[in-house]
Amino acid sequence: MAAEKAIDPLHQFEIVRLIPMKLGGLDVSFSNASLWMVIAIAAATVFLVGGMRRQSLVPGRWQSMAEVSYEFIAGMIQDNVGSKGRAFFPFIFTLFMFILFGNMMGMVPYSFTFTSHIIVTFAIAFVVFIGVTVVGFVMHGAHFLSFFVPKGVPKIMLLLMVPIEVLSYLTRPVSLSIRLFANMMAGHTMFKVFASFTIMLGIFGVAPLAINVALTGFEFLVAFLQAYVFTVLTCIYLNDAIHLH
Amino acid sequence: MPQLNVADFAPQLVWLAITFAVLYLLMAKLALPKIGRAIDARAQRITADLDRATKLKDEAAGALAAYEKALAEARAQAQATIKAASERMRKDAESREGALTKKLAADTAAAEGRIRAARDQAMASLAHMAADITKSAAERLIGQPINDATATAAVAAAAKERA
Repeated sequence: MAAEKAIDPLHQFEIVRLIPMKLGGLDVSFSNASLWMVIAIAAATVFLVGGMRRQSLVPGRWQSMAEVSYEFIAGMIQDNVGSKGRAFFPFIFTLFMFILFGNMMGMVPYSFTFTSHIIVTFAIAFVVFIGVTVVGFVMHGAHFLSFFVPKGVPKIMLLLMVPIEVLSYLTRPVSLSIRLFANMMAGHTMFKVFASFTIMLGIFGVAPLAINVALTGFEFLVAFLQAYVFTVLTCIYLNDAIHLH
Repeated sequence: MPQLNVADFAPQLVWLAITFAVLYLLMAKLALPKIGRAIDARAQRITADLDRATKLKDEAAGALAAYEKALAEARAQAQATIKAASERMRKDAESREGALTKKLAADTAAAEGRIRAARDQAMASLAHMAADITKSAAERLIGQPINDATATAAVAAAAKERA
């Protein structure tokens, strides 16, 4: 039985190369992470396009969900960035859907949660960070640097404040990526830990099983919430870049 | 921790870039325009319906105002007609009353004339009878007839003494 072997809760995060590939010196193997990325974007596309097959005036359930997703992100951008943020709508929407479906697909048993890998979340956060910084310089030129100079602070304090502001700006991609990665990894590790308890405890395994049932509901919430938090923070950073402060 | 295996970074980053780019294109070119069109179409439809409802409401209000105006005009006209009719009737009555008064006056005058004539005639025949009576009374008293002229003169003198 599986219980005889040492159960490694981190085994689920192992990258398995399904189709090993090399392009030049670069490893471009199609792994389980790649597979679930493809599944996630396919599911997101089916969810959104499938709901709009018949564009009826009074939407059905599926069409309503697709429209609610659209209006959810459109409203988020309107609230956090304002009308100047409308140009970034497709990107923000893609970002939200990618992370949401990555998280949600991870809830499917035996699947792989690609958002539980720091390199993936960091890459996304880094793209957001670079993109936001570029937007700031394009819109304000060198004046964007005034973002690091807090207003109404005594001159002498600026010696301290400006480095702090710069540092806090530079840590944004780190906190953004670690928040998502850590949440997903912790949740899935907990599942595994309690599942192994269930197996080890025999009849008393009912208790950790009950905890896992509760955790499942909780993890669905986290899956949505972390996608939301990631997107909302991106909007807030974008707002800073567009409007300074 | 498998997440820190540097050898796994490259394939994940490559496929992340590919899938994210594909999803971006699918969203930007396919899904979002579709959903946006549906939402816009609905918003436009609702706006158009509301506009039409407002227009219909205005039209109804206009029709009501016109109806009330027509009603007021009809009422005013009816009142004018009633006033004219009563005026005419009053004039008719007045003229008929005037004619009746005239006719009554004429009748009265005619009747008075007839009465006067009858009285005069009665008075004349009275004088004649008095002359006859005087003639016959004088014949009896004096035994001889007196002529008519003398009798008439005597009656007239007596009547003048009495009057």
